[in-house]
Amino acid sequence: MAVSEFTPLSSLSGGALIGASAVLLLLFSGRIAGVSGLLRGLLPPYTGDAFGVSLAFLAGLVAAPVVWLWITGVPVHLESPTSSWTTLAGGLLVGIGAALSRGCTSGHGVCGLSRLSPRSLVAVPVFMATAAITVFILRHLIGGGPWG
Amino acid sequence: MGLTVALISGVVFGLGLILSGMINPAKVQNFLDFAGSWDPSLAFVMAGAIGVASLGFKLTLKKAKPLADAVFHIPTGGEINASLVIGAAIFGIGWGLVGLCPGPAVAALTIGGRGTQEFMLASMAGIAVVALARSLMGQSRSQPQPETHSQPQAQK
Repeated sequence: MAVSEFTPLSSLSGGALIGASAVLLLLFSGRIAGVSGLLRGLLPPYTGDAFGVSLAFLAGLVAAPVVWLWITGVPVHLESPTSSWTTLAGGLLVGIGAALSRGCTSGHGVCGLSRLSPRSLVAVPVFMATAAITVFILRHLIGGGPWG
Repeated sequence: MGLTVALISGVVFGLGLILSGMINPAKVQNFLDFAGSWDPSLAFVMAGAIGVASLGFKLTLKKAKPLADAVFHIPTGGEINASLVIGAAIFGIGWGLVGLCPGPAVAALTIGGRGTQEFMLASMAGIAVVALARSLMGQSRSQPQPETHSQPQAQK
């Protein structure tokens, strides 16, 4: 398993960019920058401009690595999961769980905690705990992961 | 104007995920690995994001309405129910398994290979299944919580 370097400065400033993006979306469109909620906005029933705003935000998100390469000249570094049953199961659980709790890391984590939403103050510790337990079982009891 | 700003917001969000390293599932999983190769970076991402957003949200929500829409679409219910807790628990298991959540997965769609794309498709399927189940049970996504943010008589 890859050991990643602790990056306090770039992580803090990257976080500030994420926060600024959330403020921008709320200020103009009046919407929460929660990615699972915006993905939900692609599906019917369509109310107001939810579909347009969701599609525009998600298109910008998809384009970000190209913009990054254009600005910095350095390709994005990442270790991607393999195409596997674990990856598929993880995706399904993430989708179902975020839809049931109406929020994910961005919706509950960033936006919800920022406005001290009582629901997010419950959701974030719960998903942090189950995620940490899952990683513990995966890495220290089973010894694996979707990187093969 | 609203759509252009939404597009720019998406790009800025993605640049933040890349700069912070959160687009890399291995780095996210290392944050969750308290017993092994723990990398505390994600806590710094949250601190930076919440620091900026809590101040920006406070100023923004003083306005009567957003600049490009008639109302704020903010959930106000605040009800702690079983679907919140169970959903968050399920979400965490999937997040831990792969180290990916919806934001980084969408941002890495073009560079994360087939695994990331399949994760994204599976997530979308999960979201659609819950949306469909809710609509069959006659419960749309904006109910029972009212979608507007102004609530002058919220407290008795």
